[in-house]
Amino acid sequence: MRFIKSIIMRKYTLIQEKLSAIVLLCVIAIMASCSNNTPSVKEKSNSADIVVSGEMTAELTAPPYVPAPVGDRPAKKLLVNMEILEQEGEMTDGVKYVYWTFGGSVPGSFIRTRVGDEVQFTLKNHPDNKLPHNIDLHAVTGPGGGATSSFVAPGYETKFSFKTLNPGLYVYHCATAPVGMHIANGMYGLILVEPEGGLPKVDKEYYVMQGDFYTKGENGQPGLQPFSMQKAVDEDADYVVFNGSVGALTGDKAITAKVGETVRLYVGNGGPNLVSSFHVIGEIFDRVNIEGGDAINENVQTTLVPAGGSAIVEFKVDVPGTFIIVDHSIFRAFNKGALGMLKVEGDENKSIYSGKLLEGIYHPEGGTIQEMPGDAPAPRVAASKAERIEFGKQVYTSTCFACHQSEGQGVAKAFPPLAGSDYLNEDVNRAIDIVLHGKTGEITVNGESYNSVMTAQTLSDEEVASVLTYVYNSWSNNGSEVTPEMVAKQRNAH
Amino acid sequence: MIKRLIFFLTIVIGAIPEPLMAQVQSDMKKIKGGIYVPLYGLDSSNVIVDDFYLDTYPVTNDEYRNYLLKNPSWRKTEVIQLFADQRYLNKWVNDTTFSHSFKGQSPITSISWFAAKAYCKSQGKRLPSVDEWEYAAMASENEPNAQLDSVFQQFIIEGYETPKTSLKEIGQSSPNYWGIHDLHAMVWEWTSDFNSVLISGESRKDVDTDRKLFCAGGSVNATALMNYAAFMRYAIRGSIKANYCMENMGFRCASDIIK
Repeated sequence: MRFIKSIIMRKYTLIQEKLSAIVLLCVIAIMASCSNNTPSVKEKSNSADIVVSGEMTAELTAPPYVPAPVGDRPAKKLLVNMEILEQEGEMTDGVKYVYWTFGGSVPGSFIRTRVGDEVQFTLKNHPDNKLPHNIDLHAVTGPGGGATSSFVAPGYETKFSFKTLNPGLYVYHCATAPVGMHIANGMYGLILVEPEGGLPKVDKEYYVMQGDFYTKGENGQPGLQPFSMQKAVDEDADYVVFNGSVGALTGDKAITAKVGETVRLYVGNGGPNLVSSFHVIGEIFDRVNIEGGDAINENVQTTLVPAGGSAIVEFKVDVPGTFIIVDHSIFRAFNKGALGMLKVEGDENKSIYSGKLLEGIYHPEGGTIQEMPGDAPAPRVAASKAERIEFGKQVYTSTCFACHQSEGQGVAKAFPPLAGSDYLNEDVNRAIDIVLHGKTGEITVNGESYNSVMTAQTLSDEEVASVLTYVYNSWSNNGSEVTPEMVAKQRNAH
Repeated sequence: MIKRLIFFLTIVIGAIPEPLMAQVQSDMKKIKGGIYVPLYGLDSSNVIVDDFYLDTYPVTNDEYRNYLLKNPSWRKTEVIQLFADQRYLNKWVNDTTFSHSFKGQSPITSISWFAAKAYCKSQGKRLPSVDEWEYAAMASENEPNAQLDSVFQQFIIEGYETPKTSLKEIGQSSPNYWGIHDLHAMVWEWTSDFNSVLISGESRKDVDTDRKLFCAGGSVNATALMNYAAFMRYAIRGSIKANYCMENMGFRCASDIIK
């Protein structure tokens, strides 16, 4: 009994010691964090003290453009006039959606301010609208981020003002009940608060904002699609897109730059549900303002953009070509629309990117030819058209599927369809040539123009013949048969 | 005890024929009262709704025009600004002619709460309360309480998302369980105590009440989490004042069952 008691006592003392150690650590931690915080607290009170001189009306821009940088202008009284419009738009070809918008675009107009500005915000709710709205700007220090002061019925306007205290890239959104639905219908955008003296100058700046959409019909079902409350609650998105619709940043609407320029993207994510794995294929972000704040990370491949959050990414484009912007949660990119393009023009730089130097056969066992004992396996040669189609299907699945999709339907505005494709059926030799040597530049397929890149495929004559025969004999194409001889002829023609 | 007394009186008086009632009831339907749980409430317990009469249709442009012919004080050039702001009947060409883009059988809109209240009074009626309106409007075609019917809720939300529904004509859609038309998918409707539950210009100081309407705080308190349609009605009611006149807001009248 006494033994047990002594053990308990010893344990108790131990706990006491540990506790006091923890308390001591905590005190140190608190002191340390206090001393760390002092500068930023000071900075914040300083920005509250910045005196404004003069008044100006804010330039507002629709995506993908941003207003002119603040440069070294002093803090001013900045008048922002924004109109809320509930209007029908196109989600993707043939699919309509009633968007609720700040300024007539999704995402809403880009607002650019500097630290210390006194923003006088006028929010107008168009008389044709059916719902009351408000605005919650994450750049606001105050209750509801402005939402409580900006609640406005259709046909009315409201005014409030705030001072920008913290630099950074902030999301704004509607916060009227049911909040999720207002955001899901497109009511979000970005407001940039530049530090004193402005952000470092770059060559090109663009505004890209992701959003997820929930429609009553499945992805691609045509007609006017109402919002699906159930799918939104289940977080089962039909569309995940940049700048409000599929193809808003592809083809003619792609953003552009020239070789050697530095590009800065103001990236936001309206949600309502999904967090973005923002990535530009073939680029590395030289600098990222993580979550739109002060912290800078360098040499980033993919940056996380939370719903209701942002990031500023910067990179120098060194080589020409089309760079695909994606949410690297990758099914969203190729199946739900989260795909954009940055087209870079200029001279090749072979020391940075060579293009293809060599096409060869990889021998894992080493360069010298080794033979398995016994008969060498015969290369697979199709004996009939049916067999060729069967082999071709396997090649298709491993080589073509990712872009042209399972039923040859392609991806709207990015990768042309093979199913019922006029371009394909028109010219067999051209098709062979494209598989062998790749294709860049603008083409028109079934009335839609595509301006993308297909790389040359490393396939044998037999494989090219099989896959094309498969494609020509699927999805209402013309049933042509392509033979290895035809492929060899095209290969030798170059 | 008092309830029992009222019940007794109801039975006795209810048996007496009421000549006045016939007039009041034309184009009205009787709603049998009951208990319902509102989405919000200062006290979010059950609410008892008594039997009442409700107009079968929203008040139309034709009906309101006839009213204006007899009641000049509510014409747009005569109306007192305190009771109706500049948007009152703002698409009317003049005092007694509505816009050519409107139809006579479409619901009257751009109307203030004061105007709606005065109109109902002139008919020997009154505006329905929020509770009465919500109670009648939770009925689908086949059941008196379809609050948890997701198909019905989706139908209501789609109506709120569809632009220009105020230009439709009354009575084109199926009546609900009580025989009432167009409570949904047409116009917002004024209620007598529209701003009593949530925010209004005056109740902003009441932060707790206020907060229910913003952000997800509201959904936690909601008795029916999925009832997004109701959120939208409470939001519109909270955003307006009694002299506001919106192009998507009309009204219909109610009356007591005379006991």
